[in-house]
Amino acid sequence: MMRLGADAGTAEDLAHETLFAVWRSAALYRAEKGSAASWIFAIARNLRIDRLRREVPWQQLPQELFEEASGETLPDAALAEKERHARVHTALSGLPPEQHEVVVLAYLEGLSHGAIAQRLGLPLGTVKSRMRIAYQKIRAALEDLR
Amino acid sequence: MSITHHLDDATLMSFAAGALPAALAAVAAAHVTMCARCRSDVMALEGVGAALLTALPGARIERAEPEFAPGLSPSQQRGEASAAPMQSPAPLARLLPLGLDAVRWRRLGLGLWHHRLPLKGNGALGLLRVAPGRIVPEHGHGGAELTLVLRGSFHDATGRYRTGDVADLDDSIEHEPVADPGPDCVCLFASETPARFRGLIARLMQPWHGL
Repeated sequence: MMRLGADAGTAEDLAHETLFAVWRSAALYRAEKGSAASWIFAIARNLRIDRLRREVPWQQLPQELFEEASGETLPDAALAEKERHARVHTALSGLPPEQHEVVVLAYLEGLSHGAIAQRLGLPLGTVKSRMRIAYQKIRAALEDLR
Repeated sequence: MSITHHLDDATLMSFAAGALPAALAAVAAAHVTMCARCRSDVMALEGVGAALLTALPGARIERAEPEFAPGLSPSQQRGEASAAPMQSPAPLARLLPLGLDAVRWRRLGLGLWHHRLPLKGNGALGLLRVAPGRIVPEHGHGGAELTLVLRGSFHDATGRYRTGDVADLDDSIEHEPVADPGPDCVCLFASETPARFRGLIARLMQPWHGL
């Protein structure tokens, strides 16, 4: 949470709150509908938006997105999730540093395209195109799992 | 609903990361609920967040996985678990609880109406209604903007935008969108900065010709 822009005390509060939110809504979590890690990430992300930015977290949790989808169920979901997770890891660590950097700044520090551009002293277009290429690589790594 | 205009990959990643400015995030969220393809992208991109989190020093998320078996606690077995803190109605319903038909439009003239939506956070958010044949105003260039069609359609050099389509265009693209025949075209519009949004409204109030 400190990576997400909070001071130590707030970070600890948020970490506790995330754990509490995870615990409280654990009954809503369904393993066959997505990975626990993604779900926890989404809870932490939404809490950060709510508490640190004092904004409405418009992003829904993965479960809610699933629930609104056409009700499709994934076979061998747990196995597929493990494979997916491993592939994302590999794709991420294979990114060139300049692409990895913009991804980390967005996810772990919550910086917008504009804020990343400012932080790195880069044109906005460069930040966006690095991010695009990074995602295209990750998407390619997941292609046959979709 | 067949959607042909989607969110840019960089927008999708920023959205999934929770880094998109609030106004843009609201429009992105509304599009994602309408678009299976972008929904699937967001889920993949949340996996990126998960991978980055588990790669942080001390992360132990994987170990927690077996804990999420059904029937974790007696209260949950009895179905007493409260709603997750972030659970909420779908973004569009949250933005327009009474629906599109209950919107109180502010008439701008020249076949254009506007309705500002309250927003907590950065940027500006509103609805724009454009009569058939009228030009959907150019919002200027510089800051990020997203336009999602909620009803009707418009077209420009980049194609036709129907319900569910989102215009997430590069600043460098010159275009002059025109609303198609049929019902008034209603769009959800977000701008990264309020100043730019005010600029848009000011511009709408000016006479069209000779701009």
